[in-house]
Amino acid sequence: MLVALVGIGLFVWQIRKIVRNINMGRDKTISGNVSERINTLLLVAFGQQKMFKRPLPAVLHLFVYIGFIVINVELIEILIDGVFGTHRILGVLGPVYSVLMAINEVLGLLVIIACVIFLARRNLTKVPRLTRGPEMRAWPKMDANVILITEIVLMLALFAFNIADQKLAQLGGHQLPGAFPVSGLMVDLFGSDVNTLQVIATVGWWVHIVGILAFMNYLPSSKHFHIITSFPNVYYSKLEPKGQFSNVESITHEIKAMLDPSYVVPPAPEGADPQKFGAKDVEDLTWKQLLDSYTCTECGRCTSVCPANLTGKLLSPRKIVMDTRDRMEEKGESPLIFDPAKYTEESERVKATEERTLLRGYVTPEELWACTTCNACVESCPVNINQLSTIIDLRRYLVLEESAAPASLNTMFNNIENNGAPWAFSPSDRFNWADDLYTGSKN
Amino acid sequence: MSEKKQIQVPVMADLAARGETPEVLFWVGCAGAFDDRYKNVTRAFVRILEHVGTKYAVLGMEETCTGDPAKRAGNEFLFQMQAMTNIATFDGYGVKTIVTACPHCFNTIKNEYPALGGNYEVIHHSTFLQNLINEGKVKIAGGGEFKGKRITFHDSCYLGRANNIYEAPREVLAALDADLVEMKRSRANGLCCGAGGAQMWKEPEPGNKDINVERAEEAIGTGATIIASACPFCMTMMADGVKSQNKEDSVQVFDIAELIAQAEGINA
Repeated sequence: MLVALVGIGLFVWQIRKIVRNINMGRDKTISGNVSERINTLLLVAFGQQKMFKRPLPAVLHLFVYIGFIVINVELIEILIDGVFGTHRILGVLGPVYSVLMAINEVLGLLVIIACVIFLARRNLTKVPRLTRGPEMRAWPKMDANVILITEIVLMLALFAFNIADQKLAQLGGHQLPGAFPVSGLMVDLFGSDVNTLQVIATVGWWVHIVGILAFMNYLPSSKHFHIITSFPNVYYSKLEPKGQFSNVESITHEIKAMLDPSYVVPPAPEGADPQKFGAKDVEDLTWKQLLDSYTCTECGRCTSVCPANLTGKLLSPRKIVMDTRDRMEEKGESPLIFDPAKYTEESERVKATEERTLLRGYVTPEELWACTTCNACVESCPVNINQLSTIIDLRRYLVLEESAAPASLNTMFNNIENNGAPWAFSPSDRFNWADDLYTGSKN
Repeated sequence: MSEKKQIQVPVMADLAARGETPEVLFWVGCAGAFDDRYKNVTRAFVRILEHVGTKYAVLGMEETCTGDPAKRAGNEFLFQMQAMTNIATFDGYGVKTIVTACPHCFNTIKNEYPALGGNYEVIHHSTFLQNLINEGKVKIAGGGEFKGKRITFHDSCYLGRANNIYEAPREVLAALDADLVEMKRSRANGLCCGAGGAQMWKEPEPGNKDINVERAEEAIGTGATIIASACPFCMTMMADGVKSQNKEDSVQVFDIAELIAQAEGINA
């Protein structure tokens, strides 16, 4: 009981920190289209639609995902048993319980198999997108392994408990409620000494329950937090065409006032700071862009399809999302275990120039200028993160606040301003293509 | 025997002076107006418009950049200035429908002008051509001269991922009765040509390869003799990529409008 309360209390305390961090971001109202949002939520988040672009990891991930959901039913029982001192209280459900337990065990086994394969992909075959890139530093690599090993240990503890519990029931001559297709095959694994079996059952039970509570408190420090954030993140994902970039309204007002002196600029909300154009640091991004970074699973699908990254440029969309989270926790509050100050490997990271902000301190202009805005990263993200929107907001700051665009782009801007075309052509030549234009016909 | 007929391209201001309104405004775009290679695409599309008898007009000298490259590069101020200028022009002529051969112009006018007060029906020429073929206005009896030729289509990011238009250009190509082959990365997984996001106007950042070379290699690898595109920047990038592989004699890059005009026998 106490353990459960402490575990849940700590978790709530950490969640509040993360909510405060996300609230550092700019306000942005994302509403409407509820049915389309729910549809996206069901397909992309619950249905994992975008995972299936790569079938093998999709199926393995599906095992772990369904396993997580179903095995949590058993967690409810464990918590009730623990608090009220009952034993397999849900056994009263009869055949339903048997089916549940049977599914649990099969999924438990599949979770172990999937996690072992995932460990191998990360540590033995070293799938490039999971292991390469400057953002895949020691902490993210360790984090992934910690998650997988913890999941395996939790499942093994559950099986140990089930095996010992069944043998004890058998020795005591009574029938245990439930069906155990996996552990039932290994009933005699731990021998038939009642004391030993009781210890194993107790230890297995405690490891599972304490393990889950501890794991829950590890989540806020980990990419595994996506099991919570991916749902709101997908619900609030962008529904407009991917090519539609956000409109900067403050600029619209400025231009309208410039063109029409009688235009009245609507007053800014009370107490709001005058807005910068674009984003220099995390508080200049919207709450959704910050939620994006708390949803990132660091899977690297975005970076693996990025044309700039594929051809050796510095840009990695995943790095920008991970940098945003690190910077947010450096500037705001850090969770229990991960403290960016402790894990930042300065040597591999771009040194801050004069100030440590997201722009320059973490993300360099060279990365930002390598982007072709092709939306491959956005398309590939299984949890609907919009990497491109952050890149554009950072570019906007470079151009509008610092006038720090590459020289060739400044030339392009000048051409548009002076000749109405991005190239240095005379506007009077614009219609020359229609001179001496003939058409033919077959007859 | 083919006979030649000169086309007088109708200009919006002249039509307005006569109190006429066209069905569609053909937005030529800066590449379509100035880029020597892409001017051919503009001409081919005008030949098709004339051929099927669409009532159209162009803005001529009144056209100016949509602001797309400025917006992608982060210069929101310049973008909005351009957009508001163009919206004033469109609204001055009461424009309702716009067709363009440039996916970047298409995306910007269709998706980003509404927030600034410009609401129009905007059609990319791939969809426009698809409709002409479906309506039987463009027939290409027997597939024309591209019958059986191996063609691969390179998806433009601003047509495909940005606006979910994948099938229209492919259906247009299907009318040629050619041997269409797909690259491994196509449709939603298509690889960018490298020009988007204002890259067209700058040198690439340091890396180990140019993006258009990577893409051209993939296209050449399909064994296609024609790379079809539907975007002025893709066309430049793919043509340069093919040249970098010294394949310009055996692999050519054409816009879908050029292929249709050629197959229909109306090029001159």
